[in-house]
Amino acid sequence: MSTPGSLATFNINDGYLEGIVRGYHLNLLSGSDYTNLTQCDVLEDLKLALQNTTGYGADFMSDEHPPLYTTTIQEHATQLMISQFEYIRRNSVQPLTKFLEFITYGYMIDNVVLLITGAMHDRNIAELVNKCHPLGVFPAMEAIAVENQSVEDIYNTVLIDTPLAPYMKGCLTDAGGSLDEKEMEVVRNTLYKAYLEDFDRYCTEELGGITGEVMHQLLEFEADRRAINITLNSFNTDLQKEDRVNLYPKLGLLYPVCTEKLAKADDPEEVVKAVMELAKEYSKYMQSLSSESDKTLEDSFFEHEVALHQRSFEQQFGYAIFYSYFKLKEQEIRNILWIAECILQDHKNEINHYIPLDVVV
Amino acid sequence: MDVTNSTFKYTDLEIFFIEISPYTFANLGAALAISLSVMAAAWGIALTGTTILGQAVSSPRIRTKNIISVIFCEALAIYGIITAIIVQLKIKDTQVFYGSDYFAGFAIFWSGLLVGFSNLACGIAVGVAGSSAAIADAANPELFIKVLVIEIFASALGLFGLIVGIVQANAADFGLNKFPLM
Repeated sequence: MSTPGSLATFNINDGYLEGIVRGYHLNLLSGSDYTNLTQCDVLEDLKLALQNTTGYGADFMSDEHPPLYTTTIQEHATQLMISQFEYIRRNSVQPLTKFLEFITYGYMIDNVVLLITGAMHDRNIAELVNKCHPLGVFPAMEAIAVENQSVEDIYNTVLIDTPLAPYMKGCLTDAGGSLDEKEMEVVRNTLYKAYLEDFDRYCTEELGGITGEVMHQLLEFEADRRAINITLNSFNTDLQKEDRVNLYPKLGLLYPVCTEKLAKADDPEEVVKAVMELAKEYSKYMQSLSSESDKTLEDSFFEHEVALHQRSFEQQFGYAIFYSYFKLKEQEIRNILWIAECILQDHKNEINHYIPLDVVV
Repeated sequence: MDVTNSTFKYTDLEIFFIEISPYTFANLGAALAISLSVMAAAWGIALTGTTILGQAVSSPRIRTKNIISVIFCEALAIYGIITAIIVQLKIKDTQVFYGSDYFAGFAIFWSGLLVGFSNLACGIAVGVAGSSAAIADAANPELFIKVLVIEIFASALGLFGLIVGIVQANAADFGLNKFPLM
């Protein structure tokens, strides 16, 4: 079957995996679990508290001895998430397999940028490959991390065989030559823009149905968030306004009217004005830009994203829950890392600034 | 039944239907009753069974209670067997076909079709409802009994089909020898 199947046929191919993912979702850390974590005084207590939860289990980090580091905790938690992803991927059939591969392309883009940036700074190749996100590995990764290559060289030798090949078209038109940090950000944003647009096209046109509807909403928010962040980060840099327009994905509530205004903006005030006028849904988040508020814009966006992902579980017989679960799991790992860092550095007053996963928007 | 030598003027379409033996329709009806009902049960069990299996990995407590969704689907196959066996007992050999034999053939055919398709609809409904019930049960154990009421209503559809089908097939009687063809 090339589509996920409707109400009466979805379960035949994907019913078991939907049950599995919903089970993983039920075992995400709850409010009371987070309370227990925030009350720990040392990282060993944190590890014991995590071992008491059903999501992590008594085997979590069982062979790690003190002194523990926050990176160790993050690595083990990420390893758990990856084993869950691999279990689902191995048991899936098309088109769910293709959908799950689409999820990995985002990580691939981050890995490619990491390798090229590392090569520019003459880092050890093996070390860089270890730092890559395991969900985004592809063959011949080490060949990227060779210095003094232009984008075209990297494309022709390595990336042309990967699924990222069609997304490189936007980067190849730039003049060749060696790359620097700012250009790598432009490359990353161009790749991600092409990836979001392709993912949206795949979900709405090829998969359709409930999957298309829910994924479209999730990807729209992702695109809007990127547009606002690119605009805010591009002030006081060399990025020209014409180039800025090319980095905004062609989807989302802000496209096309508001992105035109954002492309011409010169300071955060104009961004706030444009968004509040044309995209009422995000206006309450803009307050953190204009006034002194407790939450940063990034945190508000994380909360909105978590609420959207939690809502996607209300629909059965769609693939969006797979995408949403892994985004929520990533957020949970970020939360655990935040709490661990606060415990380690004794910043107990900041410890409650993680993003709770039961927020309602 | 050969009517080429009769005195009554039949149209071609009438001849077509008269020349087809009523046993064709009767046996086809019995076959449809059982096969469509079994297809319904299989479809329903596939829909609900996969979700129960998937959710049971993380919440093993739902296993026993959710078997009832599978039992509801299984009941549809039983309805099909009941219909098929009841109508098969009515199919007797006769030598000359009377009007009542043609009636019997058609009655059994349509009753089989009726039971088959109503069970098919019921099977899909119970399957989808059972799948959602398993997910709700895994999330919150108190929900299960309430969600079960929805499934009970869905499974009543198959019962309606069975009742009407049996009533319809009851009038069929091969060998009654009434209403000779002219």
